[in-house]
Amino acid sequence: MAQPLLTATAIAKSYGPVVAIRSADLSVAPGEAHALLGANGAGKSTFVKILTGVIQASSGSLALDGAPVRFSSPERARRAGIASVYQDPSLLPDLTLRQNLVLTRTPIDRFTAALDEMGMAGLDLRENAGDLPLPFLRMIDLARALAHEPRLLVLDEITAALPTDLAQRVFEVMQRQTAAGGSVLFISHRLEEVVTHCDKCTVFRDGRDVASFVPREGGEARIVQSMLGEAAELVREEVRRSPRDLSAVAPRIEVRGVGAGRQLDDVTFDVKPGEVVGVVALEGQGQDVLFEALAGDRRFESGEVLVDGRPLSASHPAHAIARGIALVPSDRALALLPQRSIEENLGLTLYRRLRSWGPIPMRSVRAKTHDAITRMSIDTRAAAQAKRLSGGNQQKLTIGRWLTAGFSTLLLFDPTRGIDIGTKHQIYDLIAELAESGAAILMYTSELREVALVADRVVVLYRGRIVAELPADAGDEALLSAAHGLIPGTPAVPDSQEAGR
Amino acid sequence: MTAATMAPTGESRGQRTARIMAEKPVIALLVVLAILYVITGVQDPTLFAPQGIRSVLLLACPLAILAAVQTVCMLTGGIDLSAAMIANFAAYVSANNAGLGPIASLGFAFLVGGAIGLINGIGVGVFRVNPLIMTLGMSSVLVGVITVGIVGDGFLSGSTTILSLVKSVGGGTLFGPIPLNSIVLALVAAILILGLGRTGLGRSIYATGDNESAGRLAGVRSWQVLIAVYVIAGLLAALAGLMFSGISGSVGPDQTNSYLLPSVAAAVIGGTSILGGTGGFGGTIVGALILTVLNRLLLGLETSDAVRQIIYGAIVLALAWFYVRVTGQRAD
Repeated sequence: MAQPLLTATAIAKSYGPVVAIRSADLSVAPGEAHALLGANGAGKSTFVKILTGVIQASSGSLALDGAPVRFSSPERARRAGIASVYQDPSLLPDLTLRQNLVLTRTPIDRFTAALDEMGMAGLDLRENAGDLPLPFLRMIDLARALAHEPRLLVLDEITAALPTDLAQRVFEVMQRQTAAGGSVLFISHRLEEVVTHCDKCTVFRDGRDVASFVPREGGEARIVQSMLGEAAELVREEVRRSPRDLSAVAPRIEVRGVGAGRQLDDVTFDVKPGEVVGVVALEGQGQDVLFEALAGDRRFESGEVLVDGRPLSASHPAHAIARGIALVPSDRALALLPQRSIEENLGLTLYRRLRSWGPIPMRSVRAKTHDAITRMSIDTRAAAQAKRLSGGNQQKLTIGRWLTAGFSTLLLFDPTRGIDIGTKHQIYDLIAELAESGAAILMYTSELREVALVADRVVVLYRGRIVAELPADAGDEALLSAAHGLIPGTPAVPDSQEAGR
Repeated sequence: MTAATMAPTGESRGQRTARIMAEKPVIALLVVLAILYVITGVQDPTLFAPQGIRSVLLLACPLAILAAVQTVCMLTGGIDLSAAMIANFAAYVSANNAGLGPIASLGFAFLVGGAIGLINGIGVGVFRVNPLIMTLGMSSVLVGVITVGIVGDGFLSGSTTILSLVKSVGGGTLFGPIPLNSIVLALVAAILILGLGRTGLGRSIYATGDNESAGRLAGVRSWQVLIAVYVIAGLLAALAGLMFSGISGSVGPDQTNSYLLPSVAAAVIGGTSILGGTGGFGGTIVGALILTVLNRLLLGLETSDAVRQIIYGAIVLALAWFYVRVTGQRAD
């Protein structure tokens, strides 16, 4: 067997008393696409940071081509041939792309060549990074990593924020990398991607590597089992919820011909109490504007929204909340109080009115937050600061906040992005439970298979318009072609370069 | 997000100490205070006598209240650089109206503080002016207003004899080494600590400073919170001004100015993040005590003022660094 490109032995990392990695081994062969898997908090991201020199391991060793190495900075790791794309975009928003590239000493010709190869030629390097949509930034991060011609390309959840077409381009990059003898370390919560595109996978659990196998042979079932260990039985068969007959029920929320600039145009639909309506769209089709405006965080320019038959005019989220509309944004950074406790995060909405500025009725608030903690099974071991929680637990806080405050309409914007499969199922269960108890739920998801699991019916947004309304079991193919603007019986709309806008 | 959240197991004694320090930074600060106090006391033994303790407390109490201004503002990610001028102004107004009796005299002082705070709050909360600029501008405006007021027959040209109540509370002794003004600090501390920790407004203040967008999406209107914060800051600054005038026994158009930067430093040393969202008044009080003792230590040194300044600055920086180390605020 050939000498591995990278060997990590007994890597451990702790932050004071908090252990992030106990002892992890990993070995990546040349020409291999290797998946690193694990539930939230298993230690994946910490491991990647050690591998790429962002932080130092507390103990353990790394070897490249059998020779021991130690990276004191990302720069060192890059020179040794390890380049990475991290979970969050790493471009400075106020600088132009060119300035960003110069800052990281990225060879610009190789960067543009990499972009060309990904089919994204013609990007203006004078644009500010902050003006570009998130999926583009991810692709730029990727091209930047490729420009360093790495021997090991590390991709930490790059596909989480990507629509299907761009994710496909990432897989093509991976194929080219491995075909040329390089290696890829690929981290993703989307297991089907791992099974399809990776040659080998290593599963982390509780800061240890617990299994290493060929994902195609083990399949998703084995991956899930290794990831969850004893918790595996919690993930039951994926059952679709059975829709109830709601024909006699008046809608909770009616959206009537709303528009917003070029981003939304004449959007009409409604959601009934007890109903889960899925929104399916490629990235950047106006779904973010739709959700923000429904939540009162911006205004529609035309049309109207009725809540329980009465018009809603909201210039601040507080107005929408007063009418029972709650938004859970996809980006947890927008909704989390990172330095505050779990209890304060869960209780935040309780203090939104002037008359709730006085002394807090501690007993009743504690009861409410405790109830949310139990219902969402939030891990309270690091209760003092939300930033110390794993991503899944953080997302539970942003949802659980509304359980303490109460609501009648819940807007969920990609609520399971970047969350491990066990937590995802808890969220699916919660959605079903909430709908059962009479809430109206509107959910956008970037993962098509969630639609069939969670929604009763689906509206498809394309370029700011609703192009189709389908039953939730219409199937991935039908949903995907509708999301691309391909509606049976109508002429095909060509896919456009500005899909990301 | 993968800084896992596992229960601390098998930690050594050192780790345990580190964890307690990180969770209760006030304890670490108290240790620093005690060490500093002993060092200063070795040099100046009067510090161990009741009279010495009293003199430290007497100066630390008004500083702590001026630092309370910075604490509440900093929790929202702001600052109040007009605090010293509000204090001067309020003390002047109170002395001018001393003839009308304590209620009117103090009432006017707090009215001035509250009104200036309201303008600051509207600027920061509604017009989104950067708090640094807003309060710096306000401070400059107040310098002008006071100057105009005290020259010739201006509106501040009345009596500068302070209320006897202010004088006795600001400079008197309760018993032994405890000055009367520590009662005022105790009251303010009780209100602030309970108010920040256990009221809806307190939670909203932390939320606004920690992540304004999270507050907004949860329905918190940050402009309301910011106005409330700067009004409270104005009232506290007025109180601090009265207490400083009680110590000196007179009013002056700039008598509080040299305490402005120490008031910021006390809050920072006390663990309130200048970026907002974390900290509290408990630490600020210890911070004010540390700075007062430090000042005393430096005054006792036989050296030039310039050297004192250098040492003072260096120690403040070292304390701020120490705080970050102890609490592990940068561990992630």
